[in-house]
Amino acid sequence: MAPQFFRHGPSLLARLVFFVLLSLLLMAVDARFKYLSEIRQAFAVVIHPLQKLANVPTTIYDTISEFFVSQHLVGENAQLKLQYLADQGQLQQLRGLEAENAQLRKLLEAAQRLESKAVMAEILRVPRDPFNRKVILDKGSQSGIQPGQVVVDDVGVVGQITRNYPWLSEVTLITDKDHSVPVQVVRNGLRSVVSGTGKDGTLELRYLAMNTDIQEGDMLVTSGIDGVYPPGLPVAVVSKIERNPTYVFAQVTCTPAAGVSHNRQLLILSLLTPVTENPSEAIERKSESRKGGNVGVR
Amino acid sequence: MAFANYPKQEILLPVKGSFIIFSLIMALLLNLLPLKGVVLTLWPDFIALVVLYWCINQPQRVGMSTAFGMGLLMDVSNASTFGQHALAYSIMAFAALVLHRRLRVFGLLKQAPQIGLMLLIGQSVILLTGLLDGSHFPGWDFFLASATGTLLWPLLSSLLRISQRSKSDSDALS
Repeated sequence: MAPQFFRHGPSLLARLVFFVLLSLLLMAVDARFKYLSEIRQAFAVVIHPLQKLANVPTTIYDTISEFFVSQHLVGENAQLKLQYLADQGQLQQLRGLEAENAQLRKLLEAAQRLESKAVMAEILRVPRDPFNRKVILDKGSQSGIQPGQVVVDDVGVVGQITRNYPWLSEVTLITDKDHSVPVQVVRNGLRSVVSGTGKDGTLELRYLAMNTDIQEGDMLVTSGIDGVYPPGLPVAVVSKIERNPTYVFAQVTCTPAAGVSHNRQLLILSLLTPVTENPSEAIERKSESRKGGNVGVR
Repeated sequence: MAFANYPKQEILLPVKGSFIIFSLIMALLLNLLPLKGVVLTLWPDFIALVVLYWCINQPQRVGMSTAFGMGLLMDVSNASTFGQHALAYSIMAFAALVLHRRLRVFGLLKQAPQIGLMLLIGQSVILLTGLLDGSHFPGWDFFLASATGTLLWPLLSSLLRISQRSKSDSDALS
């Protein structure tokens, strides 16, 4: 056996080839199959304390700025009280409407719309990765967060939970290139699917014919036909329509309604249990969505 | 003199293993800081810099396996495809290990552009894997992180060298 000094192990090139092949294999497995979640979990547990530690400066900054903000609070409080009164009035109306709606639904024997519960979470970090639009939230499977849950802010849809760790979860934003949301135009009820482009603040409606009735400023809300997104949540506003005759389809660009990139606190809605009116229809729908693969995240 | 151009080589104390681990953890911490906007695009990849430093200065202790492991950690924390950073870091570490004898001849300032090239190679690998995954091109300012990393190299390596300086002046008589 050679003494310590002369032992070198495999050559540099051999080691490089080994590691390159290993990482290529990992990438292929991670991109195509979902076998690696346990390994990811283990790594995430290792990283978690560091992530908490890295967040300490922001937390301290927040506490200090909150302290200085307290002078504005008196004015804000008065304003909020007025707002509260106004909202209360509207809420009364809304309750009346809700009761009426419930009554009508009962009459129609329609499926009761589920009242969704929400969990508040804070954005822990925005990863430094230009290829994905994802954020990390500070609630994970310990708080009952599961992949597939919808994340919203006070205005509209932000994204969807795609991976959960014990104390963290990853949200794929609606602007991610692999993310699509089934939507409906508020003005005329036109159904379509809005997809992310991978750029901040841009979404697009693909495969809309040239003569489709859509206008700039149209509001898009979730249609709810996917069973993932509850219906009626604002998603985006149509910002630009290009009807170029050289293309087959109109190019429709939209801006997300929610502050996808500038909110700290977000709400995670509970999973919808899909209400199916007709089991055979539901099975068909499932197989279709599997084939199409354009609902939610691939 | 033929050797007049060589920088004075300091005689350094051996590095403690715990210090290497500590520096890697600190680098991970710096990479994990919650940043936004311009700062985030300019923020250099500290793990890459620290791994390169140790590959050049302690090639028998820190090599491609460390780089690979740190890459996996980075992938998980970045929510990117598993193995993307691991691949980039392994290739960067390979370049550093091949060139480490030559690089050590240069002073820290003259090392910087060569380190910059390695960082650029690493970022190109990340970009390539991202593009293969179907992303669009993120824009040229993606590479600014390499530039800031290059500028930071002399400072960072002198910082990492502090622990190796002998406590007392070895030339002193007492």
